[in-house]
Amino acid sequence: MAELTMVQALNLAMREAMAEDPNVLVMGEDVGKDGGVFRVTDGLQEEFGPDRCIDTPLAEAAIAGTAIGLTFRGFKPLIEFQFDGFSFQAFHHVEGHVRRFRNRTRGRYTCPMVIRMPYGGGIRALEHHSEAPEATYAHLAGLKVVLPSGPRNARALLRSAILSPDPVVFFEPKALYRAFREEVPDEPETLPIGKGQVARAGKDVTLISYAATLRATLDAAEELADEHDIDAEVLDLLSVSPIDEDLINESVRKTGRVVVVHEAPRHCGVGAEVVARIVEKSLLYLEAPIRRVTGYDTIIPFFANEKTWLPDAGKVVQATVETVNF
Amino acid sequence: MPREAIELTNKLENLSILDQDGNVDEALEPKIADADLRKLYNVMLKTRRLDERCLMMQRQGRIGTYGPCKGQEATPLGFAYAMQAEDWFVPSYRELSAYVWRGWPLGKYLVWWGGNEYGSAVPEGVNDLPICVPIASQCQYAMGIAWASKLRQDDTVCVCFVGDGGTSQGDFHEAMNFATVYNVPLVMVVQNNHWAISLPRSKQTASPTFAQKAIAYGMDAMVIDGNDILSCVTAARESIKKARDGQGPQLIEATTYRIMMHTTADDPKKYRSEEEVAPWLKKDPLIRFETYLRNKKLLDDKIQKLMEEEIKKEIDEAIVFYENYKHDPYEFFEHMYQEMTPELAAQLAELKAYREGPAPEVSASNGNPQVSHA
Ligand SMILES: Cc1ncc(C[n+]2csc(CCOP(=O)(O)OP(=O)(O)O)c2C)c(N)n1
Ligand SMILES: [Mg+2]
Repeated sequence: MAELTMVQALNLAMREAMAEDPNVLVMGEDVGKDGGVFRVTDGLQEEFGPDRCIDTPLAEAAIAGTAIGLTFRGFKPLIEFQFDGFSFQAFHHVEGHVRRFRNRTRGRYTCPMVIRMPYGGGIRALEHHSEAPEATYAHLAGLKVVLPSGPRNARALLRSAILSPDPVVFFEPKALYRAFREEVPDEPETLPIGKGQVARAGKDVTLISYAATLRATLDAAEELADEHDIDAEVLDLLSVSPIDEDLINESVRKTGRVVVVHEAPRHCGVGAEVVARIVEKSLLYLEAPIRRVTGYDTIIPFFANEKTWLPDAGKVVQATVETVNF
Repeated sequence: MPREAIELTNKLENLSILDQDGNVDEALEPKIADADLRKLYNVMLKTRRLDERCLMMQRQGRIGTYGPCKGQEATPLGFAYAMQAEDWFVPSYRELSAYVWRGWPLGKYLVWWGGNEYGSAVPEGVNDLPICVPIASQCQYAMGIAWASKLRQDDTVCVCFVGDGGTSQGDFHEAMNFATVYNVPLVMVVQNNHWAISLPRSKQTASPTFAQKAIAYGMDAMVIDGNDILSCVTAARESIKKARDGQGPQLIEATTYRIMMHTTADDPKKYRSEEEVAPWLKKDPLIRFETYLRNKKLLDDKIQKLMEEEIKKEIDEAIVFYENYKHDPYEFFEHMYQEMTPELAAQLAELKAYREGPAPEVSASNGNPQVSHA
């Protein structure tokens, strides 16, 4: 057991996979000698050489597009987009080929790869460096979309993503990269993609979140317990495609009250999908309208105002109190 | 059915006029009025000093991550000087000297790095674009701007800047291709500062020059000493004139060097040696320009001291402007659409209620938003 940051935990998962399987490649801008702008791939080039941890020219489309060909030849590329906002430079490959080849060729060619990128806001970065595009990717059938919330689940989920026969978009909440440390076991472990977890058990209301806003949600749950006598259950989705509908409905049937929290904009966000799953399966268990605490339907502001924009514990507390008192 | 060499019809030249010690090739020396030379120096110096202050302010936590442009002042300046006021300037993000020449308030630049959209709010009356973050994407709207010049026959030229790393993006190549297909007045300037974060030029392209990529698109190109203001002015004048005269788009590769970190979030010690940087310190564009002006008796200690004082005052004022700039915490709702949608108005009300306490209920009939709880 070691106490690791999320950066170290992700690095560990890649190191393990590269050691186990010579077909695993890491590729992207500045991932090699520099070890990535967040140091997530630090030391991998030193250990596995420049042909396995590859500094590519500056071209996201080429990174994704060439990775497709590499998968056809048995490689397992772990590609990195330097920031969420630049994943769109490669979108035509991800949408047009990565997710489609299995279906198009009736299984003859598949694209098992991991598309990693730092995700979300909260680190005072420049424009295009703070985006939360998970719903955009979750809308594309053929991709799995994963968002860890801590060092331990990040390591386990990245391992699962690397072992997955299907392409996985892996969002790394950059606000959590070095936010805290967690015990990570020495032995590799996996977590099933598509399954969420109960992050805090409770009985009065269900707070559903993932990625960086899980922290704000857990903080809110503490405040709700201490100051409002509300015992909130907090769910961590971990994956938004597939989404753990059973976990959600089980909790909702118990509490009858729901607040969904994510930093991506509200309109057509993952929260909308969560609400639909609840309404479809558990409508008659609900005792109050469902609330969504999310980013607004605007562009996330340049960093001077980003804290105002992002969901925080206070917003979650307010929405939850209103839901419970409905 | 012969097998023979194909003649390439486009020109590829190399240009250097003022060397690092301030020696001039007099045959190539461009004619620049004395007053202009002094003004060019003033702007170069101002850019350097503002850049240094930004770095300091970043260290003090007064702005966010900062991307310095030290050592790259000459190229954007040379082009800005040769442009007409109504020409279009499309920057990447290391073209501060061009902004200064074209009269942008210095405070705006600070506001940009201080994390507010006001820094991108282009002043009225200039045909300039704001800093562009997604690498090389600006090449395409620059091409569109130049295309419009041709369609409108308005004689304006578009000057676009991109980095050596940016030339690896499809956006750059697609823009170059469109530009020659439609024969538009576009001048594409590649600032080859030898690094794209940690990636050296040698890993970005196997091509001996960036300039020669233009040949493939049927475009003339030039490699210039991008730290030599005289080469920059000469190349800028020629390429802009050709573009304006309908001779088609031009590519200029300006050789320079990123002597600082990529941004303050970057640690160059991870990937390059001090020895590599050292010779470039001697090629500083400001030092050789100073020598040139002193040799021409256009600059002496007294003038220089006065300039430094004036510049310091102007930068101090810009910093005061920046630090007094009032952030409106709700402004991100204002500019999403020409008219705010009812949904956004409701979300704005929701945020206001959270920050300031609930607003008094207003009836929906007066057009004001109601706080929605659902
Ligand atoms: C599309 C895109 N991908 C990645 C980045 C991250 N990034 C910012 S600057 C940079 C390197 C740019 O190098 P170059 O074009 O040579 O410009 P320089 O920074 O040297 O001026 C990278 C990879 C980005 N801003 N946009
Ligand atoms: Mg560069």
